[in-house]
Amino acid sequence: MSAREAKAVKSPVERTPQALGVQDRELLEMYYYVRLARAVDERMWALQRSGQAAFVISGQGHEGAQVGTVYALDRDKDWLVPFYRSVAAVLVKGMPPAEIFLIQLSKATDPSSGGRQMPGHYGHSGHKILSTSSPVTTQLLHADGIAYAAKLRGTGEICVTEVGEGATSEGDFHEALNFAAVHKLGVIFLVENNGYAISVPVSKQMAVPNVSARAAGYGMPGVTVDGSHVLDVYVAARDAVARARRGDGPTLLEVKVPRLTAHSSDDRQEKYRSADEILHTKEHDPVHVFAAELRAWGVLGEAQERQIAERVRRAVDEGTELAEAAPAVDPATATRYVYYEHDAPPGRGR
Amino acid sequence: MADKRYLDAIHDALHEEMARDERVIVLGEDVGRKGGVFGVTDGLFEAYGEDRVLDTPLAESMIIGVSVGMAANGLIPVPEIQFADFIHPAFDQIVSEVARMRYRSNNDYGCPMTIRVPYGGGVHGALYHSQSIEAFYAHVPGLKVVAPYSPADAKGLLKAAIRDHDPVLYLEHKKLYRMIHDQVPDGDVDVPIGRAAVRRPGRDLSIFAYGLMMHEALGAADLLARDGVEAEVVDLRTLRPLDTATILESVARTSRALIVHEDNRFGGFGAEVAATIAEEGFRHLDAPPTRVCGPDVPAVPFAPPLEQWFMPNAEKIAAAARTLVAY
Repeated sequence: MSAREAKAVKSPVERTPQALGVQDRELLEMYYYVRLARAVDERMWALQRSGQAAFVISGQGHEGAQVGTVYALDRDKDWLVPFYRSVAAVLVKGMPPAEIFLIQLSKATDPSSGGRQMPGHYGHSGHKILSTSSPVTTQLLHADGIAYAAKLRGTGEICVTEVGEGATSEGDFHEALNFAAVHKLGVIFLVENNGYAISVPVSKQMAVPNVSARAAGYGMPGVTVDGSHVLDVYVAARDAVARARRGDGPTLLEVKVPRLTAHSSDDRQEKYRSADEILHTKEHDPVHVFAAELRAWGVLGEAQERQIAERVRRAVDEGTELAEAAPAVDPATATRYVYYEHDAPPGRGR
Repeated sequence: MADKRYLDAIHDALHEEMARDERVIVLGEDVGRKGGVFGVTDGLFEAYGEDRVLDTPLAESMIIGVSVGMAANGLIPVPEIQFADFIHPAFDQIVSEVARMRYRSNNDYGCPMTIRVPYGGGVHGALYHSQSIEAFYAHVPGLKVVAPYSPADAKGLLKAAIRDHDPVLYLEHKKLYRMIHDQVPDGDVDVPIGRAAVRRPGRDLSIFAYGLMMHEALGAADLLARDGVEAEVVDLRTLRPLDTATILESVARTSRALIVHEDNRFGGFGAEVAATIAEEGFRHLDAPPTRVCGPDVPAVPFAPPLEQWFMPNAEKIAAAARTLVAY
């Protein structure tokens, strides 16, 4: 199990929120986002199963990695360059659930793409989330460019970009980490290692146990943490953010996460994962592990648990209703914005 | 006005645009201290510093991919691909990212950049320093593709490209760098993207070309004139968006179309021009639209007799024109 191996790399013992300077309020907000992301994701599947959505690409199991990392950013100022499992990341970065359901249902008012892209391809300039494509790893270079521009313009922005461990086999991974290190760019390369590239296990992807080992070859720190332990992720991300903010350069942050669903709604993982493995993967579910930790630390009581559950339920239901009520896409608009248009709404595009 | 080489015109456009707008930055292999392998960016490093004239690692996908992020965050990158032959590792970034950013984000993000690409044969560059790549990229909606033939157009089109809201692939022919010189206006030169230009009027046939082949086409027109054949020579200049109106107007005058490029024939850019003329100008035609192109071998071979065999020239174009006029 990838997540178990990760524990050997960085031990979670001796850590308490107090010792690490993390407040209860922050922990509860992170927990809210972990729960919200899970509930949004489950609703995405429900919409697909009911025939309203054609496709789902899921982030279940990745919530701890994404919430812990993006929460460490200045969420108004900094950038997120996501990938297709970034449900939790875009929520923390400011996308309300409705905007996720709008792309899930391919509606005209979907801010990511106006119904042009498959679900999971998030983007929103207002939230400083770059538009996502499907070729994996191309986006790491975009994160470099954003961080380079930030440095040249003196804006103080830094950038988190996300990628799966399978995508680290692509050449763009090498090119992006190398360039970022040469220029000491404020980029956090978040590798969410869920052990599989669709069906290909990590053992067939690379000959090293941890992606983070590669960081040394680029001259940047590499860290591996267990994504079930959200506090660990947050603390590692906080260090990486501080380093980026100081101008000391990028960090390769590998978070080992369980993949709790099939690759997508078009995949049957039973063909390549044993029933036993699928069952045991659930032991690393960040929602349950984080909740248990919060209870043990005395941060989360029953009343708060109920309150958060209710807040999540309302957000997901309201978001779904908004998206369902939104207008369908008019095919007459399909030829627009191939190129710049002078009459485009101000402030969008350039 | 001053007499400038093609290379100087490109250099001047870069220099002036970088001075005009601090968001404009140049990046690529050897563009900094060395001033580029052809000397096009010479002096920019000294004038604007290493942060705006960036010597990159040797990685073409990186050069374009980083430019995408720069464009998203307020810069106007002018990446250089050292030779067109080496652009292929960046194909994914250009086609999947650069060209689609505006469309896929429903206009939330643009991707303004000018990708400078030295291209073309006749320079003893063999298979991997001679390629023409316009057919691959002119095919892609979301990109603009230009290929100037004169120093004035080189300057004007580069300025227009840098000021454009959309990504432009700027094809500069390597053989033209030091081969030609001409009067170029100081400061801005008004050459809008998307307009072809009739360089020599004629009534017997229309020759359509761009880049280096424009010079061969004009040479062919001189040869033909000795025989009393008056060729109209049309400089396409912008391959996408293609100025079909100027093309069709010319064909309406001459009733015959000869399309010239040095890229190989099959699936080349000339096929699009020929198809456009056949579909939209058929009633004007007295003969089939005809192409003079590089032959269908994988690329330009090295030995001088082989390279000469490959490259279209004034004589080959004139011979095809005579056949077409006699049709």
